[in-house]
Amino acid sequence: MDTAADKQEREDALGGVGCSRKRKEDARFIQGKGNYTDDIKLPGMLFADMVRSPYAHARIKSINKEKALALPGVHAVITAEDLKPLNLHWMPTLAGDVQAVLADEKVHFQYQEVALVVADDRYIAADAIELVEVEYEELPVLVDPHKAMLDDAPILREDLVGKMQGTHSTRVHDNHIFNWQAGEKEATDRVFDSADVTVSQDMLYHRVHPCPLETCGCVASMDKINGKLTVYLTSQAPHVVRTVVSMLSGLPESSVRVVSPDIGGGFGNKVGIYPGYVASIVASIVLGVPVKWVEDRMENLSSTAFARDYHMRGELAADSNGIIKGLRVNVLADHGAFDACADPSKFPAGFMHICTGSYDIPVAHLNVDGVYTNKAPGGVSYRCSFRVTEAVYVIERTMDVLAQKLGIDKAEIRRRNFVKKEQFPYKTCLGFELDSGDYHTGLEKVLDAVDYPALRKEQEEKRAKGELMGIGLVTFTEVVGAGPSKSCDILGVGMFDSAEIRIHPTGSAIARMGTITQGQGHQTTYAQIIATELGLSSEEISIEEGDTDTAPYGLGTYGSRSTPVGGAATAVAARKIKAKAKKIAAHLLEVSEDDLEWEVDRFKVKGVPGQEKTMKDIAWAAYNNVPEGMEPGLEAVDYYDPPNFTFPFGIYLCVVDIDKDTGVTDIRRFYALDDCGTRINPMIIDGQIHGGLTEGYAVAMGQELPYDEQGNLSGNTLMDYFLPTFVETPKWETDYTVTPSPHHPIGAKGVAESPHVGSIPTFTSAIVDAFAHLDVTHMDMPHNAFRVWKKVKSLGLLDN
Amino acid sequence: MAKQAVSFNLNGKAVDVLVEPRELLIHTLRENLNLTGAHIGCESSHCGACTVDIDGESVKSCTLLTVQAAGSEVKSVEGLTNADGLHVVQQAFKDEHGLQCGFCTPGMLMRTYRFLQENPNPSDEEIRWGMSGNLCRCTGYQNIIEAVKTAAKNLQQA
Amino acid sequence: MIPSSFDYHKATSVADAIACLQANEDSKLLAGGHSLLPMMKLRFAESPFLIDINGIDELKGISMENGTITIGAMTTENELIRSELLQQHCPLLVEAAKLVADPQVRNKGTIGGDVAHGDPGNDHPAVMLALDAELVLQGPDGTRTVPANGFFLGTYWTGLEEHEILVAIKVPAIKSGVGHGYQKLKRKTGDYAVAGAPVVVEMDGDIVRDIRIGLTNVAPMAIRAEAAEDLIRGKRVDDALLKEVEKSIIEACDPAVDLRGDEEYKSHMAAIMARRAIIQAIENAKG
Repeated sequence: MDTAADKQEREDALGGVGCSRKRKEDARFIQGKGNYTDDIKLPGMLFADMVRSPYAHARIKSINKEKALALPGVHAVITAEDLKPLNLHWMPTLAGDVQAVLADEKVHFQYQEVALVVADDRYIAADAIELVEVEYEELPVLVDPHKAMLDDAPILREDLVGKMQGTHSTRVHDNHIFNWQAGEKEATDRVFDSADVTVSQDMLYHRVHPCPLETCGCVASMDKINGKLTVYLTSQAPHVVRTVVSMLSGLPESSVRVVSPDIGGGFGNKVGIYPGYVASIVASIVLGVPVKWVEDRMENLSSTAFARDYHMRGELAADSNGIIKGLRVNVLADHGAFDACADPSKFPAGFMHICTGSYDIPVAHLNVDGVYTNKAPGGVSYRCSFRVTEAVYVIERTMDVLAQKLGIDKAEIRRRNFVKKEQFPYKTCLGFELDSGDYHTGLEKVLDAVDYPALRKEQEEKRAKGELMGIGLVTFTEVVGAGPSKSCDILGVGMFDSAEIRIHPTGSAIARMGTITQGQGHQTTYAQIIATELGLSSEEISIEEGDTDTAPYGLGTYGSRSTPVGGAATAVAARKIKAKAKKIAAHLLEVSEDDLEWEVDRFKVKGVPGQEKTMKDIAWAAYNNVPEGMEPGLEAVDYYDPPNFTFPFGIYLCVVDIDKDTGVTDIRRFYALDDCGTRINPMIIDGQIHGGLTEGYAVAMGQELPYDEQGNLSGNTLMDYFLPTFVETPKWETDYTVTPSPHHPIGAKGVAESPHVGSIPTFTSAIVDAFAHLDVTHMDMPHNAFRVWKKVKSLGLLDN
Repeated sequence: MAKQAVSFNLNGKAVDVLVEPRELLIHTLRENLNLTGAHIGCESSHCGACTVDIDGESVKSCTLLTVQAAGSEVKSVEGLTNADGLHVVQQAFKDEHGLQCGFCTPGMLMRTYRFLQENPNPSDEEIRWGMSGNLCRCTGYQNIIEAVKTAAKNLQQA
Repeated sequence: MIPSSFDYHKATSVADAIACLQANEDSKLLAGGHSLLPMMKLRFAESPFLIDINGIDELKGISMENGTITIGAMTTENELIRSELLQQHCPLLVEAAKLVADPQVRNKGTIGGDVAHGDPGNDHPAVMLALDAELVLQGPDGTRTVPANGFFLGTYWTGLEEHEILVAIKVPAIKSGVGHGYQKLKRKTGDYAVAGAPVVVEMDGDIVRDIRIGLTNVAPMAIRAEAAEDLIRGKRVDDALLKEVEKSIIEACDPAVDLRGDEEYKSHMAAIMARRAIIQAIENAKG
């Protein structure tokens, strides 16, 4: 007899959406049987290492390979000269620029790739790179982006001199990359000119680096006999790599197989195509054997995709009640020597125009200018959702500044300006349509949970005693799930994603997606989606990603796009299967489809208990008893072009206590409420939140990669680059609300980038709040003890 | 700099390798002996992804010459599982979601294995200090602490 | 990531190690290896010959006789921490060892290596100064014992003569009325000090009869804040005196500028750490 309890039991047995089921991928990782790029060994494999420039800007006068080639065990030393005949010495970037694969007559940043040495093993390769003799002639160095467009600035990109029509806009200077704008300049300026109150705050979102625990690397293997190139590499977008490699090498995509094996953390560091990959592929094609290249930590920090380096000015115009009338944001973007940003191609500043945040802002203008400097190339990475980190930072900081100027509480000013629940879907004045949200509920929930009034009271008491306590608050809206192909493409390929599901006769399934997990748990969460859609146990649904020979084409995993796009494709593909299954069920039960209803894992004939077919029954029938005219089998593919982005949001609150004498900040409490719509696996969500908050803590409180005037990089080892240990990392408190996305098949929005995006301004908000009673409106990151102490001293707060 | 013969015990079995004096144990494990569980995350001895257990101590195998391991009892993550199945520590990491990308995990497991023998009933704070030689970028450590506590509890009951 | 090539010999005794040093130019001792090997992996240090001094029994062991504790140079940080003898009779050393690096490194890093290496960031030298320790050195010409005070001459420069090895460290067991304090400011656990201050006091009721203040990583080598000590010796410590002491400490510092901080910050932090360690030591002496 079918009771509610039976139904619940069947649902629980599925391990579907909403349950914190344990992960399926863990088995190999906990037994040391993961398969990461550096674990891969192929017969005859050689090892490559990179000769790099010690100078930030210099001409290469000569490269002498003799000594290196004479070292026993060295097979090749490849330079730009060797790549020229193949036209591979330069390659296109994802941002419409070009990047040197190996330095072509000059070097543009310290640690730039100059020559690839290929040897029998990594020990010989390490010795060989020291034997390559490169003669340099130093050139004047440019490291300050504010000086990049001065008349007397050194010209960095000689390859672009005279080419004033850039990919995205006209270039007004040889060091200028692009200008990009959104919104209405005149209307915004008018609002500012006539407003009751305006505030303006300059702020630097400093250069940092994702630093995943596994560095980047590849094994390139050209099978000359079969004419097939296989490349195993640390890539968050294997299909894109295949297309690019095909275009660069001239091999058809059907002869190129790209495999992303297990990846030890991506965080946007593994989206771009690096010179090491290209040079290794060439080496393998030329030498006819597999070539492995794996960078070390210093190389990773010094040359691969950095994040941020956005010099911003945020301005708000408001009335005397703090109601915002206009927003103006100006950005100077330092992209390093090549614009290698991984942005959708039409957006050189990513989704910076989400900078209207969670607020109902009538008019706004955003202006971004990108420039070249003698630093490592990039700008977009590190869980940023394409510059959303920067956008959220600028709006949340400026909101605090406005609140401070008006003497309105930080929470209150946000309350007054939030987009209201009833206003969704809400079109921002900069062109996004926020799908759903309920900011007011989240805010009240957080303020209640921490007893906000008591905290403010405590702060008052502490201030009277000269103690520094700060409360930070951020109410962010993210934009993820890139994206609708009419606006979002990577090198021309629309940013859809895909899922292919095949159900076997005995009811288990294999499904493949165009995304690629780097720790987010896709093997588990995609199976959960299919389990709920099709009533099959997630335990019996195998998920595969990352092999371009078998997985349907996808744009990969970054910017929290897997759940919104890949998850949607999965659900839609499952629903195609379900539609066919319904027909088969009707045929088996000898009723019409209209007589059937679906319950958990089976189709039941309405009103006739006992007349039912489970999905397992249907799977078997699909292979031997389908209705007349229907083909056998039970599978479907979906390429999902999302109608819109999704907009997860969050309310974060942080309490800090600062030791005046040392500048050390204690994170007393961090409360993070996230709304990612439908929650597929709460355990995995919490894990992502913990990790993202910890990264945010590191960025805000200590990470930095400073360059000196000569373009020398410091802080590029784990001695200096701040990766918090168990000891420093605060204990995170997580909470949630659920506001599903109306346009997503299962209402899910994606979550992994939110904690990184939202936490960083929260820390700054808290630290500044500790000094706000002394009229401090902003302090730039990182808020390490040294910098905070300097602030304390400058405010005259030290006893002597 | 001729190669030297080095013998040691690895996961209960005798092994013999021929290595240059400069060869690091992490490379011998991963390349010669095909045990790729221990990982390389840095070259400055900070990250702990290479942690193994040598003669009853947690050691960063990237900062040890293989010649120094002669005559030692070395245990790597591949030696945690036995005929009965997963080690209590491994099961605890799975149960508490103490891993995401898995790259730091072998080092974490080998350190937890030894740490709980040094301190069988640790507080949260003691866990934080005791595991401070292992970095993770994915988990924020919170669930790893739960995993260590669960393993501690289960080991005491065993 | 990979050191350049070298030959390797595992020494069987101190005499053997010394003979090896003499016979092989530019040879280096391999103790815990957690300072040397990272530098060699980055190729900041190179040597054609490493002499492994692990496994030399003469260099191990902790014993006490007539109020003096003798510690073998190859005693690891974790062995220091676990030593009940030290916990009872020289707790400052145990506390300092706990804040060196991380658990794995502490299984290998040795007190001898930390004392003799010469990196201004090493923690034990300043502790040796605060304890007024003695260092036992053995070389081709025999064995000699020198005070730690005066042994640390500069960055990577100590009083070790050519081919000499540090074989043991002698520290006094604490007596009643003696207290210690230790404060180490760091960017994160396991990092070198922004500034570290080990302090030992001998109290006469409320009066500080004697005091030694060591300072870590705020000069080319570990130093004693002797001028600050002179201000305190024979006095009762109060807020006003501590302010004077802080000023004196700031003047005594000559720190390198790096990502941990500039000269002003590091000097001030040395002063704050010393202040807190002095208060700690005086409190500790009562117990």
